[in-house]
Amino acid sequence: MANTKEIRTKIRSIQSTQKITRAMEMVAASKMRKTHESMRKAKPYARYILEVAMHIAKSHSEYRHPYLEKKGEVKQIGIMIVSSDKGLCGSLNVNVFKKVLGMIREWLQQGTHVKLCLLGKKANTFLGRKGFFKGVKGNLSVVSSLARLGDRPAVADLLGAVRVMLDAYEADELQRVYIASNTFVNTMSQHPRVEQLLPIPSLEDKKLSHHWDYIYEPAAAEILDALFVRFIESQVYRAVVENIASEQAARMVAMKSASDNAEGLIDECLLLYNKARQASITRELSEIVGGAVAI
Amino acid sequence: MSKTIQVEIVSSEESIFSGSCEMVSLVGVLGAMSILPGHAPLLSLLVPGAVRLQISGEEEYCYISGGILEVQPHMVIVLADTAIRAHDLDEAKALEAKGEAKKMMAERGAEFDYSLVESQLAQAAAQLHTLQRLRKKLKKKS
Repeated sequence: MANTKEIRTKIRSIQSTQKITRAMEMVAASKMRKTHESMRKAKPYARYILEVAMHIAKSHSEYRHPYLEKKGEVKQIGIMIVSSDKGLCGSLNVNVFKKVLGMIREWLQQGTHVKLCLLGKKANTFLGRKGFFKGVKGNLSVVSSLARLGDRPAVADLLGAVRVMLDAYEADELQRVYIASNTFVNTMSQHPRVEQLLPIPSLEDKKLSHHWDYIYEPAAAEILDALFVRFIESQVYRAVVENIASEQAARMVAMKSASDNAEGLIDECLLLYNKARQASITRELSEIVGGAVAI
Repeated sequence: MSKTIQVEIVSSEESIFSGSCEMVSLVGVLGAMSILPGHAPLLSLLVPGAVRLQISGEEEYCYISGGILEVQPHMVIVLADTAIRAHDLDEAKALEAKGEAKKMMAERGAEFDYSLVESQLAQAAAQLHTLQRLRKKLKKKS
C-alpha cells in the first residue's frame, strides 16, 4: 500500500490544479457574457448595412458590383480560417480545422488552388505543424495571417487581413472567398461552419416591396464600393466575435468538466489515503499487542 | 407630415444612437448638410466629424470617423466606421498581415528542419542501442 504522505501530496497537487480550472471556468463565464454582449451589439450594423445594400441593388439594377457577380471558372479559392488564440477550450478549434481540411482536400483534388488567411494563433500553430504542407498534394498557401486578437478585437484590427483577400478577389486572383468559424448555438454547443463571403450570396433573393430613387453623393459606384467593403468587414468581424464567444463557452464547459474530474480523483485518493492510514494504525496496534504478549 | 425623423447611428461594434430627432446635421464628402423630416432619399459618404442631433429643442452630439449615410423617407441610417479609413492606411495593414504569413511560412520551414534532425537523431540513437546490445551478447558468448 502506498504510504500516506505520498497520497497526501498527490491530493494537494490535484487540489491546486482544481483551483486553477475553477478560476478559469469562472473567468471564461464572465468573458463569455461580455463577448456575447458585443456580438449582440454588432447585429444592428450588419442588419442595416444589408438593408441599405438591398435597397441599392433594388433601385440600381443596371450597375452590377463585382462582389455580387458570380465568376465563371473557379480556379483559385480563398479561405479565411478563424480560430482562438489560446487553447484549453475542448475540441473547438479542431472541429473547425477538420471541417475546413476536408473541404480543402476536395478542392485540391479538383486542381483548385487554395489560399488561406489565418486569424488567431491556433490556426497558425496548427497549419505550421511540421510537415503539414508536405503531406498536401496540390497548391495550398498562406497569404495572410493575424494572431493575438485578444478578447475584444476591434474592427480596425481585422482590416488588413480582409483587405488582402478583397484585393486578391478584385484582381481576379481569387474567384471565391469563404470564411470558416464556429457558430455560437448555445453555451453547450458550438458548430463549425464554412460560409461563402464572396461573391456575396443571394442578396436579391429577399424581396423588398419599396424602392427609391436616391440622390448619390458622390457617384453611386463609389458609395457601393465603400458599402460592400464594409459589409464584408462586418461579416468577418461578426465571425471573429462569434468565434470568441464560442471559445469562451467551450472553455467554460471544458474547465467545468476538468474541475469535476479533479473532484472525482480527490475522492478516490482520499479513500486510498484513509485505507492506508487505517492499515498503518492496525499494524501498529498489532505490533503493540504482539509486544505486550511477548512480555 | 411628421415633425420628427427616426435616426439610427450604428457602428459595427455597437449601436451609437437610436431615436427620433427634428434635425440631423452631418458632414458628407461634398460638404456639410442637415437632414430634416421629409428629406429626399439620399446616399452619401461621410467624412470624420461630429453628428449634431436636435432632439426636442436640445442638441446632442456624437462623433463618427466617417461612414455611409442613407436617408429613407421616414428614416435616417448612419453606418459609422469604427476607425479612420484611408486607402493607404488599409494598405499598410494588409502588408502587415501578409508579412505575418510570410514569417509564419519561414518559421515553419525552420521547424520542419528541426523535426528532420530530430528524426535522424532518433534513428542514430536506435542504431547505437542495437549495436550496444549486440556487443553485450557477443561478450556473453565469449
